[in-house]
Amino acid sequence: MNINNFISDLAFIKPELVISATLVIIVLFDLIFSSKKKLLPYISLIGIVVAGYFVINQFGTAVTTFKTSLKYGMVVVDNFSSYFKIVVLLASFIVVIFSMLSSEVNSNEERHGEYYTLLFGMILGMFLMSSASDLILIYLSIELLSLSSYVLAGFVKNTIRNSEASLKYVIYGGVSSGIMLFGISLVYGLTGSTNLYEINTLIQVQNFPYITFLIAGLFILVGFGFKISAAPFHFWTPDVYEGAPIPITAYLSVASKAAGFAVLIRFIKITFVGSTDSSGYWILLNIIDWKSIIVLLSILTMTLGNFAALWQDNLKRMLAYSSIAHAGYMLLGLAVMSNAGINAIMVYFIVYALMNLGAFFVVMVISNKIGSENIDDYRGLGRRMPFLGIIFAIFLVSLVGLPPTAGFIAKVMLFIALIDARMVAVAVIALLNTVVSLYYYIRVLKNMYLVDVEKEKPIIPIKLANGIVMILLAAPILIFGIYFSPIIDFAKNSITILGF
Amino acid sequence: MHLPYLSLITFLPIVGMIIVLALPKEQGKTMKITTLLITGIQVVLAVFLLSNYNYSLGGIYDQASFQFVEKFRWIDIENFSWIGRIKVDYFLGIDGISTPLVLLTAIVTFIATLSSWNINKSLKGYFALFLLLDTGMMGVFVSLDFFLFYIFWELMLLPMYFLIGIWGGPRREYAAIKFFLYTLLGSIFILIVMIGLYFSTTEPMADGTKAFTFNLLAMMDPNNATATGILSALNPANLRFAAYIALFAGFAIKIPMFPFHTWLPDAHVEAPTPISVILAGVLLKMGTYGILRVSFPIFPEITKQLVWYIALFGMINIIYGAFCAMAQRDFKKLIAYSSVSHMGYVLLGMAALNTMGISGAILQMFNHGTITAMLFLIVGVIYDRAHTREIDGFGGLAVQMPVYTGFVTVAFFAAIGLPGLSGFISEAFVFLGAFGVRLIRVVTIVSTLGIVLGAGYMLWTLQRVYLGKLNEKWSGLKDLNFREYAMFIPLSAIVIFLGVYPSAMLDLMNTSVNSMVQFMQNIQVYYSSINVF
Repeated sequence: MNINNFISDLAFIKPELVISATLVIIVLFDLIFSSKKKLLPYISLIGIVVAGYFVINQFGTAVTTFKTSLKYGMVVVDNFSSYFKIVVLLASFIVVIFSMLSSEVNSNEERHGEYYTLLFGMILGMFLMSSASDLILIYLSIELLSLSSYVLAGFVKNTIRNSEASLKYVIYGGVSSGIMLFGISLVYGLTGSTNLYEINTLIQVQNFPYITFLIAGLFILVGFGFKISAAPFHFWTPDVYEGAPIPITAYLSVASKAAGFAVLIRFIKITFVGSTDSSGYWILLNIIDWKSIIVLLSILTMTLGNFAALWQDNLKRMLAYSSIAHAGYMLLGLAVMSNAGINAIMVYFIVYALMNLGAFFVVMVISNKIGSENIDDYRGLGRRMPFLGIIFAIFLVSLVGLPPTAGFIAKVMLFIALIDARMVAVAVIALLNTVVSLYYYIRVLKNMYLVDVEKEKPIIPIKLANGIVMILLAAPILIFGIYFSPIIDFAKNSITILGF
Repeated sequence: MHLPYLSLITFLPIVGMIIVLALPKEQGKTMKITTLLITGIQVVLAVFLLSNYNYSLGGIYDQASFQFVEKFRWIDIENFSWIGRIKVDYFLGIDGISTPLVLLTAIVTFIATLSSWNINKSLKGYFALFLLLDTGMMGVFVSLDFFLFYIFWELMLLPMYFLIGIWGGPRREYAAIKFFLYTLLGSIFILIVMIGLYFSTTEPMADGTKAFTFNLLAMMDPNNATATGILSALNPANLRFAAYIALFAGFAIKIPMFPFHTWLPDAHVEAPTPISVILAGVLLKMGTYGILRVSFPIFPEITKQLVWYIALFGMINIIYGAFCAMAQRDFKKLIAYSSVSHMGYVLLGMAALNTMGISGAILQMFNHGTITAMLFLIVGVIYDRAHTREIDGFGGLAVQMPVYTGFVTVAFFAAIGLPGLSGFISEAFVFLGAFGVRLIRVVTIVSTLGIVLGAGYMLWTLQRVYLGKLNEKWSGLKDLNFREYAMFIPLSAIVIFLGVYPSAMLDLMNTSVNSMVQFMQNIQVYYSSINVF
C-alpha cells in the first residue's frame, strides 16, 4: 500500500472521519471543560449533522477504496451504504435528543462524556458495517459496535437489571462473534481470500466442498443474526432491552439492527449472487441455498417474536419481542432475493425507525412520569395524558401496519415483493402474524383507554420539548401513510449495490 | 367539470373531527351540534347527488358511465428497474350499486348522531371517532381504486374498536377485541388478493407504456390481464379460485356470513345504541357491497361455479339466524341475530345473478339498513328508560308508551316483510329472482321458511314486550321525546314510502344492475372461450 493512495482514499470516508473527529472532540471537551457537560449533546448533534451532510454529498458515488488487491478494496461507498448511514444518523440524532430528555441518562451526569463517546463509537461501527466488503472489516466493525453497546447497555450502574443486561449482552455477543470468526476463518481457509468480491469470483470458477462452505456460511450468519436479533439468536434481546436505559434500547432496536441488515444483505448479495435478471431477481450461485435458509429464519423469527410478545407485561420487553418480529418481516424482504425485496426492506427501515423510536420515546416519557414500564400501571393513562395517548396510538397502529399510517405502506411494499415472487404461502403466514401482533399492541391501548379506573387521577402534564419530539416523530408516519412517494422513491434510488 | 361532491361527502366528517378536537372539553353540547350539522350536510349532499343522478347510466365496468367521477394520480413513482412503475389513483365515482348505499350511510349516520345525545362520557373522543368512522364508511362506497377502497376499509377498524371498547357495555373489552381481530383477519385476505390482482392487471398509460394498476374497473376487463399474472386467467397456473375464496371470506366476515358471524352478537350487545345502529345499518352492508363490487365482476367465471354455495350460505344465514334469534332472551341480541338472518337474503339474491335477484339484494341492503337501524333504536329507547333488555321482564308497554309502540309495529312488520312496507318488496324480489334460477331453486324454497320463522320471533317478541298486561314495575316509563321522534319519523317514512313506491329505489339501480348482469354474462362467454374451465 502506498501512502498517496491512502490519503486519496481518505476522501471517500469523510463521514467516518467526521464521526471519529467528533468522538475525539467529545473526549477532549469532557476532559477540559468538565463543568460544561450540558454542551456534550449539542456537540454530538453538530457532529451528526455534519456527517449527514457528507453522506448526502456522497450519494451517487460508487467506488471501492482501501484496495487490498488490484481491483477490490475493504470499503465500498455506494448508494446502498449511504442509505443505511442516513438511517443510522437519523436514529442517532433522535436518540441524542432522547438522551437529553431521559431521566435515566441524566441521573448519571458526571459520566456523560463516556456516554456520548461510546455512542459515537457505535455510529462509527455501524458506518463501517454498512460499507464493509471484506470479512475482516466486517468482523472488526461488528466488534466495534458491540463493545460500545455492551458498555452503554450497562450505563446506569446503580440498578441491578442494568448490569445484568450488560453482562448478558457481553456473554451472548462474545460467543456469537467467536462463532462468526470461526466461520470467517473457514471461508478464508477454503478460498484464500477475505474480500467478498474475490470470494464471489472464486465460487463462480472453482468447486468448493459444499458441506464445509455451508457450515462456514451458517457460522457467519450467527454473527449477523445476533445483531439483527433473529431467532434463534435472539435470546439476549428481551433482557438487554429491558435492562438498558431506554434511549439505548431504542437505539439498539433501530440503528444497530439497520447496520446488521446492511451488512447481511451486502454479504449475501456480493458473495453469493451471480447476476441479476431483468425483473430484478438475483440468481444465486449454486453453493448455499440462502433463500430457503432466510425464509425459515424469518418465519421462525416473526412467529416467535409475535407469540412471545403476547405474554409480556413490561412494555420494554414487549417492544423487544415486537422488534424481533419486525426483524422477521424484514428478513422476508431479503428472502425474496430481489431488488424489490431490498427496496421493501429499505422503506421498512425508515418507517420502522420512526415508529419504533417513537414508541420507545413514549414509553420513556411515561416511565419518567410514573416510574414504571408495567402494562398494568398504564390503566387509565389515556385520560390522564390525552395528547400522549393519541400519539402512542399512532405509533402502535403503525407498528401493527394499519392504514393510514406509514407502517401499512412498509408492509404493503413487502407483500408486493413477496407476491410478485410467488411466495404466497409465506405472505399468508406473515399476514397472520400481523393479526397476532394486533392483540398485544392493542392491549396497551386497551389498558390506556378501555379499562375503567375506580378513581380518576389528575391529568399529568408533559414537557413541551417532549411534545415537540413526539409530534416530529408522529407527523411523518401519518404523512408518509397518505403520501408515500418520497420514501419509496428515495429507497428505489438507493438499491445500487456496487458490483452489479 | 363539477365540484368534487364525492370527496366533499367523504371528507367532510374529517373537517368535523378537527373542529371537535379543537373544541375545549367542556363544550359537549357544541360537539354534538357540530356532528349533527356535519352529518346533516352529508344528508343534504347525498340528496343532491341523488337528484342529479342520471338514471340511464350503468357504471359497473365502464368509467364513462360512472357519475361524479373524480380521478387523479395520487402516487406515481416511475423508473423502477424491476416493475417499471408504481401508481395509485385517487378514483371516486358512483353508480346504481353504490348510490343507494351512500344515501343509506348519510341517513343512518345522521340518525345515529341524534341517538348519541345520551352519551355523556368523554364526548370529545366519542364524536371525533364517530366522524372518522363516517369517513371510512363513505369512502368505501365511493372509491373505485382497490388501494383506496382498502385504506377506507381499514380506516374504520380502529374507531369502531374504541367506540365499542370505551362506550360499550360490561363485556366491551372482549367484544371490541373480538370485532377487531375478526375483521382484521378478513381484511388481510383482501389485502393479499388485492396485491395479486395488482400484478395481474396492466393499464395503458398516457405515454403508451403499460403499468400495473389497482383500478377496479381495469381489473374487471380481461383484456388488461397480463400473460403471467398470478391471478390472470391467461396464466394456466393461476390461483384465481383460491383468491376468490380468500376474497369472499374477507368480505363474508363483515356481512357476517355463517360461520364467521360470532363476533356480531357480542359486538352488538356491548356497543352503545348509536354504534349498533351504524354497525347494523351500514357496516354489514360493506361485506355484501364488496362482493358485488369486487368479487363478482372481477371473478365472474368462478362466481358462476360457486353460486350454489353462495346461495346455500345465504340459506344457512337465514334459517340459522332466525332460530338463534328465537332463542334469545336479550332483546338486543335478538335483533342482532335477526340481522344475520336478514343479510342471508342479500346473499341469496346476489347468488341468483339475474336482474331481479341482484336488485332485490341491493334493495334489501338498503331496507335492512333502515329497518335494523329502527330496531336498534327501539331497543335503545327501552334500555335508556328501563336499563334492562330482558325480554321476559317487560310486558304491556303498549299501554304505557303508545306512540313508541306504534313505531315498533312499523319496524317489526317491515322486518317480517309485511306487504306495504319496504321489507316485503326486497324479500319478494330476492325470492323471485332466486327462484328463477334452476340451480338454486331448492335452496330458495327452503329459505322461504325464514319468512315464517322471522314472523315467529318478531311477533312473539312483540307480544311479550308490548302486549298483554303492563308489568307494574314499568308504569313510570315515559313515551318518546322530541329527539326520539326526530329519529323514528324519517326512518318510518322511508320504510313506508319504499313499501308503497319501491320504484323510487329500483329505478335508481336498474340500469346498473342490468349492465352488471349483462357484463357478467358476456364476460363468462369470454372466459369460456379462452378455456379457463
